[in-house]
This record gives sequence, structure tokens and C-alpha cells, in this order.
Amino acid sequence: MASLLEWLALTSGSILLHQSHYMYLILLTVHVLALTVCIGTALIIDLRLLGVFIRYIPTSMVLSRLLPLSLGGFLIIMVSGLLMFYASPIDKYNNLFFRAKIAMLFLAAINIWFFLKTDYSSTNKCNQETLPPKRVRFSGGVGLTLWAAIIAAGRLIPYQQYWFD
Amino acid sequence: MSLLEIFHLLEYLPLLIEMRSSPWIFPMIATFHLFGLVIIGGAVIVGDLQLLNYKATLQLGSLIAHDMERLMTLGLVIMVITGVPLFMCFATKYYYLTPFWVKLLSLILVVIFTFTIRRNALKKHRENPTIIKMVAVTSISLWTSVAVSGRLIGFP
Repeated sequence: MASLLEWLALTSGSILLHQSHYMYLILLTVHVLALTVCIGTALIIDLRLLGVFIRYIPTSMVLSRLLPLSLGGFLIIMVSGLLMFYASPIDKYNNLFFRAKIAMLFLAAINIWFFLKTDYSSTNKCNQETLPPKRVRFSGGVGLTLWAAIIAAGRLIPYQQYWFD
Repeated sequence: MSLLEIFHLLEYLPLLIEMRSSPWIFPMIATFHLFGLVIIGGAVIVGDLQLLNYKATLQLGSLIAHDMERLMTLGLVIMVITGVPLFMCFATKYYYLTPFWVKLLSLILVVIFTFTIRRNALKKHRENPTIIKMVAVTSISLWTSVAVSGRLIGFP
């Protein structure tokens, strides 16, 4: 892995991105804006799944309208995030907060996949209920916790040197 | 006393000196500041895109706009409560940074706009799509300006 990352860091694209102050800044800004779209809408979905927000709107409607928006933001996050990783692959790979962020992203993806596979069909049945079933609420709670942890880990990436190095 | 002197005074309050000397207080507050921005982001995207009649959003008229305004207010409260100590920590540095002033101005404008013009338009001009769309575009633009200038503060 180390040799692969060293090779990646020495490619002209990586050096160019790393040295271009403005390019990196643009990527970071796009990353944060997409984060507000992706996690901001995911937050509304999870609050509805928990049954604490916009209860008067059917769960299936919230999901069908907001999930594409959230996934769109997620795609932009992934592209900008990969490019930022490409700009400094060794530093990012060695960063504990970055690793934690990626691990939690995987967990969030599993949570969404599991929910869509198992509980999504049941959201049609619970549309008119004031409080969704326990499993649906659990999925919403897990999602909310993971998104908060992902934001925190991402924000703390620059502080690795102060805390651990 | 000049504005710069006031900023200097704020930055060197004993509590702020303590805060700067800690390696974790500033990052923790900055994390909660970002939580506030994300909450606002969700409320603005869902609330204003539905005003633009964007098919991917909920299209439930002013009903959902009211709830999104509540969510936005929550995000705003978190942003302001965390933003004040973040600003005070490096107040004199921010004094010289253009993005800081752009963020502050955008924030003041968007707060006034949201709770006066936007709220009023949703009540009185709900049937006028042109006005409603102009309101939504202005709201999204101002919040984007807050987010972008906020990000640029970290990169003078």
C-alpha cells in the first residue's frame, strides 16, 4: 500500500493539485457545499424516519423526493473527496480522522442499503402512522449519529498534527 | 476606541487566551459550527427548491416552508452560538480578512431577508410564482455566500 501511495503522490496530477493553492481551495469549497446538500437532506430524511419532524408528510414521499437529492450531493462529495485524497494521498492515508471518516461512510452506506433492502417497503404501510415502526426509527437514529460523526471526523482531519503527531 | 481595538480586546479576554491554549476546544467548537451549517443547508435546499417547484423536492407549498424555517432557525442559533467564540479567538486576524466581512454581511442580510421579505412573501404572495422564485434564488445565493466565504476564512 505504501509504495502505491508513493507512486500516486509522485504522479504529475497529484503534484499539480497539491501545489495549486486555488485548485485545492475550490475542491474544498465544493466538498463543503455538497456536504450541506447531502447530509442536510439526509438529516431531514432521518428526522422523518425517527418520527420527530414533518410527520404529516408520508415517509415514502420524503424518501422518494429527497433521497435522489442526497445521493446527488454524495456523488459530488465523492468526486471532490477523491481528488483531495489524490492531492496528498500519503498524508490522508496516515490521518486517523480520515480513516475514521471513511470507515463511518461505509457504515452509513450499509445502513442505507440495509434500510432500503429490508424496511423501505414497510414505509408505505407506516405512512399514516404518527410514529414509524421501531426498526425504521432505529435506522433513522443510526443514520443521524453516523452523519454527525462523519462531519466531526472530516472537520478534525487538519488537527491530526496537533493531537497525535 | 476603534473597531480594531475592540477586536483586540475581545481576542485577549482571559477565557479566549485559555481557549486558544487548548488544542481541542477550537476544533470542537468549529465542528459544532459545521453541524449548524449542515442543518441550514438541508433546510435551505428542501425549503427553497420546493419554492422553485423543483420536482425532486416536496412541493407542499408554504406548509413545509414553515417547518424548514424552524429547522433553519435551529441551525442559525447553533452557528451564531459557536461562531462568536470562533471569531473572538482570532478577532484581530479576521479584521484584515475580506472573506470574514463578506460572511458577516451575507449572514446579516440573509437573516433580515429570511425573517422579513421571505416570510412575508410566503404569506402574501404565495400565488405569484415570479416573486416566490426570486425569493428562493435570493435565499439560496445568500446562504451559499455565507458558506463559501466561511470556508475561505480558513485560507487567507
